[in-house]
Amino acid sequence: MAELATRSLPLSGVHGGSAIVRLEPAAPATRISLRVRAEDVPALSSALGVDLPMKPKTSVYANGRTALWLGPDEWLVIDEGESGLMTAAANSGALHSATDVSHRNTAILVSGAGAASAINGGCPQDLSLDAFPVGACSRTLFGKVEVVLLRTAEDAFRMEVWRSFSDYAFGLLSEGARDAAL
Amino acid sequence: MLLIHCPYCEEDRSELEFRWAGEAHIARPENIAAISDEEFAEFFFLRNNEKGLTYERWRHIHGCGRFFNAARDTVSDSFLMTYKAGLPKQPVPVAERFAAIAEETSVETWEQTEGDAR
Ligand SMILES: [Zn+2]
Repeated sequence: MAELATRSLPLSGVHGGSAIVRLEPAAPATRISLRVRAEDVPALSSALGVDLPMKPKTSVYANGRTALWLGPDEWLVIDEGESGLMTAAANSGALHSATDVSHRNTAILVSGAGAASAINGGCPQDLSLDAFPVGACSRTLFGKVEVVLLRTAEDAFRMEVWRSFSDYAFGLLSEGARDAAL
Repeated sequence: MLLIHCPYCEEDRSELEFRWAGEAHIARPENIAAISDEEFAEFFFLRNNEKGLTYERWRHIHGCGRFFNAARDTVSDSFLMTYKAGLPKQPVPVAERFAAIAEETSVETWEQTEGDAR
């Protein structure tokens, strides 16, 4: 019998943070990068079981899936399980472009009272609750790398980052977490 | 830090998320094979590089990814307005224009400040 390759996360085993910020790698997830024209959005929404948000900087969560608005015709859909996002999209019967980016991205969970401060150590966005409420999401910059930020609770964020940049992002977050606790 | 209003994200975002993408409203010739070398050079290479009010393309590359148009004052560096790609050249609101002129007269240049200090 051939031995199967074991899958490990780029950040598996790492941990970090400070007294007021907790940093941990997120569990593996399925993700697609989705492009859809406005007239085909309802078909894709019903096929995926989650309504693709049309308003900038918003996300919608349903049935274990989160759809994040990235641009006027672009979404990142994250499923925390191993479900068939690609198959669901393909069965929509509507014109779209879906790319499986499950292994391109990895995610870092940032939580605690200093979570926003730690991220703001390298991110220029206004992360106050007024400007970036729970459920808000955005593609933006974190230091030198591009990330997608999602606020999952008042004091918790999910940072999606390309896997080869994840060491850098985690390192910069660790410094931000230390600074936030000063 | 300079804030730029993205017409697609509908909010002001840091300049770090954007890239400049050249002069705006340059139409590609209908039949590019039929034009002369001079006309091609004019379309392809030559830009006005105006001092003051200019129309430029910008891209929200680390945000929504969209290209859009901006009216910008190259003397004060201030953005007078931004609008979606595909729209014809928009007139700059009078109030914005006056504000830019007022700002221009009070722009601190290196010669005015550091130059004297030496
Ligand atoms: Zn934008």
